Amino acid sequence: MNMNEQNAIARNNEVARREPALLPPVDVIEDASGITLLADLPGVARESLDIQVEAETLTIEGAVALKLPEGMEATHAELGVPRYRRLFTLSKELDASRVEADFRDGVLKLRIPKAEHAQPKRIRVNVG
Amino acid sequence: MVYRSFFPRDLFAELDRAQRELQQSFDVFPSIRGLTSGTFPAMNVGRTPRSVEIFAFAPGIDAGSLDVQIEKGVLVVAGKRVRDALPEKASVHIDERFAGDFRRVVTLPEDVDPDAVNATYRDGVLQISIGRKEAAQPRRITIQ
Repeated sequence: MNMNEQNAIARNNEVARREPALLPPVDVIEDASGITLLADLPGVARESLDIQVEAETLTIEGAVALKLPEGMEATHAELGVPRYRRLFTLSKELDASRVEADFRDGVLKLRIPKAEHAQPKRIRVNVG
Repeated sequence: MVYRSFFPRDLFAELDRAQRELQQSFDVFPSIRGLTSGTFPAMNVGRTPRSVEIFAFAPGIDAGSLDVQIEKGVLVVAGKRVRDALPEKASVHIDERFAGDFRRVVTLPEDVDPDAVNATYRDGVLQISIGRKEAAQPRRITIQ
């Protein structure tokens, strides 16, 4: 086991020990040049969204902050935990250093391009 | 029609995720899976002496296309979430987010005032605040 794998496992264990969180629903779409990940994180403000890539592990985490009026008493809750967290394992051909993130109306859109060497190449067949 | 690959790129990551989800379902917090399955949008309701507060967790929706109505003591939140067009030759590995028409109905307490409604959409959450009638508010009675 190399150092990176050990770190990844240590990190996973550390994350699992943290406070409970919801798994946000995601869409993952792959095309020729990369992967697009969409995640639903309603109630998360831009500044409380945390995206990290470490040893091929992508972590998305966000805290829900709602404007609750003073003295409010909850009568019905379908969203019971005010936090989202989800981990993904990135594959080697993805270039984690060029991840682009866009966060609007509670939807996170991540674009993870494939590394240069993993881009599809068309090979010309010469007829001789 | 969405093309779904039979073999996601990283099989072990998928297995890992499945295992994690399974573990979480046995956790002490059963609501942990409340978002991935079930109705859209998820809703929380609360009340104060002056108002009833409804939170609808509906990310990625054009606020103008939301239809919020109160009629005969019932609140209806309806709308549509449109899926983005797929790029060319794309394959979908995970497809969990809701898409399509939605409609949710909440029965309101009898004392709400349908004329004192305030609705805001922020960070993907629709918050509807409905005032309660004066008579329903607690009143301190002075003892003579």
